[in-house]
Amino acid sequence: MTEASGLPLEGPQGPKPRRVLSRRNIFLYGTLFVITLYYAMPLYVMIVTSLKGMPEIRLGNIFSPPMEVTFEPWVKAWSQACTGLTCNGLSTGFWNSVKITIPSVILSISIASVNGYALANWKFKGANVFFTILIFGAFIPYQVMLYPIVIILREIGLYGSLGGLVLVHTIFGMPILTLLFRNYFSSLPEELFKAARVDGAKFWGIYFRIMVPMSLPIFTVAVILQVTGIWNDFLFGVVYTGPETYPMTVSLNNIVNSTQGVKEYNINMAATIITGLVPLTIYFVSGRLFVRGIAAGAVKG
Amino acid sequence: MSSARPSRLFRNKSAKIAAIPMIVTALFVFVGGTIWTVVYSFTKSGLLPRLKWVGLDQYERLWATRKWLVSIENLAIYGFCMLLFVFVIGFILAALIDQKIRFENTIRTVILYPYALSFVVTGLVWQWILNPEFGVQKIVRGWGWESFNFDPLYNADIAIYGVLIAGLWQGSGLVMVLMLAGLRGIDQDVWKAARVDGIPAWKTYLLIVIPMMRPVFITTLVLVVTGIVKIYDLIVAQTGGGPGISTEVPAKYVYDSMFRANNLGQGFAASTMMLLTVALVVIPWAILEFGGSKNHD
Repeated sequence: MTEASGLPLEGPQGPKPRRVLSRRNIFLYGTLFVITLYYAMPLYVMIVTSLKGMPEIRLGNIFSPPMEVTFEPWVKAWSQACTGLTCNGLSTGFWNSVKITIPSVILSISIASVNGYALANWKFKGANVFFTILIFGAFIPYQVMLYPIVIILREIGLYGSLGGLVLVHTIFGMPILTLLFRNYFSSLPEELFKAARVDGAKFWGIYFRIMVPMSLPIFTVAVILQVTGIWNDFLFGVVYTGPETYPMTVSLNNIVNSTQGVKEYNINMAATIITGLVPLTIYFVSGRLFVRGIAAGAVKG
Repeated sequence: MSSARPSRLFRNKSAKIAAIPMIVTALFVFVGGTIWTVVYSFTKSGLLPRLKWVGLDQYERLWATRKWLVSIENLAIYGFCMLLFVFVIGFILAALIDQKIRFENTIRTVILYPYALSFVVTGLVWQWILNPEFGVQKIVRGWGWESFNFDPLYNADIAIYGVLIAGLWQGSGLVMVLMLAGLRGIDQDVWKAARVDGIPAWKTYLLIVIPMMRPVFITTLVLVVTGIVKIYDLIVAQTGGGPGISTEVPAKYVYDSMFRANNLGQGFAASTMMLLTVALVVIPWAILEFGGSKNHD
């Protein structure tokens, strides 16, 4: 424990004796413990349910640990679960999501980083007007732009395809990513940029040889932000793709909320946790960088 | 922002080329798309968009549709409760974590992980937990309280609160993180001074710290409100809008009108109303935040 005098307490203050089991500590850690349990509970319930057989689910309650651990629900969720139309499980949706996420992440980050770099270091007249529109665009409810984009995608022949969805993700990732990169590049020492200019480096030369190598942390933040965001997307997936190209979140919803057949809760929960696995892994591995990514949205430009 | 950028000195084509995607997105998708939708909300578009003017007909019909009114009511209830609780919970959590505690990282990690999950996953887990046959209700009844009733997702009167529980679980971590950053940004001398003056901790929070955190509160508010207006996936996954139409929300109304009912005009009118709602929050905020000083960039 750090010394207790750094803490806001009531009454007369002075250096207090360090007591681990003070009433304050019991209350504080007790509360935090209960809260932590509450937040962790759904994850626990998901895992536990997905490892039980259906008879056990019907008998027991959702919190009881499995008496007989079975991985069958996971296998079924992956390859056999039914959506009402087909019974291919989540695997198709998973691979679709992979095929959507990877190009979307690469494309959106490439475009936004170059864009942010242009805005930070090569400002041209009118650049800020477009940037402001872009940032305000981030607040427009997606529903307003849903149909115009349907028309655009139809015109260029990408409606219903994975490519179309990649384009949509690139467009809607642009505001936050551009802001992120612009702010980061602006914070780099300007002398670097000037020195490179004096040495005769051009736009792309400076970008690839100086800016990118110096900005690995922010690229990591952007990748985390985009992978989780795109993987978790549901609305764009359901609007711009068809049954063959549905991303994982849409297939998951179709599997769990399909009205046909007997509800198999263990398979449903296995499917749910499989879908959540990618963002969860990223979250637990990346730690502080994830927090930085979401905080980026809150930092004003 | 530093001011002495070599702005007009280097007129480079590359920078302008690099900005083309941004310009196209800003103009054609964001501005163009929005104007297009607003314009077509005054037309009689059905299966396909058609420029057949009907004035405010779509809006009149919209406000006479029960499903839309229920949607608005739900959004209001959900929005109000979400705002209230997410801020109270988020702030209290941040204040607790800010007490120089041990295991700070672990606790923060656990509270924030729901935010990494999609709304679909969130909705489905809570659909399962709130399932009266297997979930919370059954457990409490198992403890001997036979008459215990807790089936928010099956009771039309309170279903939206079932969604709220899930939404709070998913979103409060974000507010906690932002609030914590705000608390950490406050000068420790403030606390020392308050302690010297004998001001109790809760009073210091309420009267000194929270007012000092105004910018954090405002940005969080904007983030939370825009998130609330967009709520869609959570509803689809958790309740599908049911039971009946008791958990319908505007975003779902838009989707259903456009892509299910082939009633584009209704969808356009409804989404224009959503835009208006967001504008009512974002524009005053933008004026407050950026209006006064022109030298932000």
